Amino acid sequence: MVLSGRSRLGTTVYWATHYLMIAAFVAFALFPLFWLLKVSVTPNDILYTEGVRMWPSRITWDNYAFVLTKSSFPHFFLNSVIVSGSTAFITTIIAAMTGYAFSRFAFRGKVVIIALMLITQMFPLVMLIAPIFRILAPLGLTDSLTGLIIVYTAFNVPFATFLMQSFFDGIPRDLEEAAMIDGNTRFEAFRKIILPLTLPGVAATLGFVFTAAWSELLFALMLVSSESASTFPVGLLSFVSKFSVDFGQMMAAGVLALVPACLFFLLIQRYLVQGLTAGAVKG
Amino acid sequence: MVGSPVTLLADAGKRPVARRGVLSRKWSGILEPYLYVSPAIILIVAVMLMPLVLGLSYAFRDIRILNPFSGGFIGLAHFQTLMQDSAFFQALLNTAWWTFGSLLFQFSLGLILALLLNRHFVGRRLVQALVFLPWAVPTFLSGLNWAWLFNPVVGPLPHWFTALGIMDSPFNILSDPDLAMWGPIVANIWFGIPFFAITLLAALQSIPSDLYEAAAIDGATTRQQFFSITLPFLAPTIAITLMLRTIWIANFADLIVVMTNGGPADSTQIVASYIFTQAFRRLDFGYASAIAAVLLVLLLAYALSVIALRRAMSHSS
Repeated sequence: MVLSGRSRLGTTVYWATHYLMIAAFVAFALFPLFWLLKVSVTPNDILYTEGVRMWPSRITWDNYAFVLTKSSFPHFFLNSVIVSGSTAFITTIIAAMTGYAFSRFAFRGKVVIIALMLITQMFPLVMLIAPIFRILAPLGLTDSLTGLIIVYTAFNVPFATFLMQSFFDGIPRDLEEAAMIDGNTRFEAFRKIILPLTLPGVAATLGFVFTAAWSELLFALMLVSSESASTFPVGLLSFVSKFSVDFGQMMAAGVLALVPACLFFLLIQRYLVQGLTAGAVKG
Repeated sequence: MVGSPVTLLADAGKRPVARRGVLSRKWSGILEPYLYVSPAIILIVAVMLMPLVLGLSYAFRDIRILNPFSGGFIGLAHFQTLMQDSAFFQALLNTAWWTFGSLLFQFSLGLILALLLNRHFVGRRLVQALVFLPWAVPTFLSGLNWAWLFNPVVGPLPHWFTALGIMDSPFNILSDPDLAMWGPIVANIWFGIPFFAITLLAALQSIPSDLYEAAAIDGATTRQQFFSITLPFLAPTIAITLMLRTIWIANFADLIVVMTNGGPADSTQIVASYIFTQAFRRLDFGYASAIAAVLLVLLLAYALSVIALRRAMSHSS
């Protein structure tokens, strides 16, 4: 009796602590984003007087209206959508092909190629800033969205390949072999059988690469010099260094930069743990 | 895709051709994987490996974009300058501080979070989505966001610290050379906890649950279960993620470039941000590449010594 009572108390204490810690993690994760949102809707005249209040006494959408209609941010936003979207699309196709080959074929040089891809994940990309600039400049690919897409695609292919491979590894070979015995070519078998099954994997890879390209800053800063080819990070940073007093507008722009990345993330985060679990089981 | 020309050949009907069809089918079978792999290889070689080799060659050349007469081979001159460059050695120290400060908190908090999320409770999926959110926030925005939080004009943190008695009066730690590094480190912890939580949670979920059931039947306490089942199962994941993350964080300059730009007085300059500063602001590609070459050697030495250490430990046990 006493023992079970104590353990029931223990369970209650455990779950109370559990929920308390979870709440602390959620608060730590969300507070900065909440603050971003809060300042973005705070009218300028009460920004300083109500500096530490959790929510302003009145709110305004002026900052958003300004950013959306009177600044270059919609243009930066569009540039970023083009760059990140194309990068995600091209990378996923290339990674699906490569990951499929890694998963389904044993071929000469495979180990070397995998080692090569692993090495690219180890060295500091910042090393490549100067040489890539020198290679792209004579080709007319600096200050261009195409140049950024090529660079980002190359950077993301290795990781995306490993991700796709782990999804393909989770699909039994018998399925496509049966289809090939039935007279389908390998490509038809891939399209009809494998692709539908690996759609969650494709979605995860797309989201992953999109988010990575959306966040990239250093290469964009180096390779882009004009406003017309600026991506969102470059635009926001130059805005900060030029007009660093207008916090409301900067944070409104920041909230807008957050939207697509968060949408993608919420869509894929479930598959992400699944995919990594599959990978972990494989070893 | 590859099959169609083969079928065409076979459809021609005559036996020798058909045999050639079999032969070319065999050949295409051998070539097929290379066809799939080639776009990735071409891209990686052209955009990553070639620039890497080119960059290493820059380390021995005088390449300044603003100086049209530069470009000549200058041997080890950059490395001699580097040996006298006190900013570089400061950056090395800062890199160690930045890397281990961030890693310690990212890992321990990430592990706690993974353990919390590994239990079933009401609202777990929502919580999981919310706590992983910082990972999706673009890094430049995380940097700006935290810079604003530390700014006494718009951010609450200095006021809270003052109220708690940690600060005498609200000030921006990012402009204090002794404290500035904590700014990017806190932002990095915020951004990096989800990575460890996701990978460790995935590893936790792959532990067979009958192990715990068997241990519970044998009367093992929760603590015993943690140390004799959970930790040994997690150990390989922990080892590999810690090693990879060390290298990754050491190279991760975005937050620093955004939040402090290496300042004040180079107090937050890490090697990676120093390379970026040399290349981007001073356009001195040669010197930037020399620093990058040194960084590469250091990271390689680190990775090799970790691997050697692991091998030695697994042999002794």
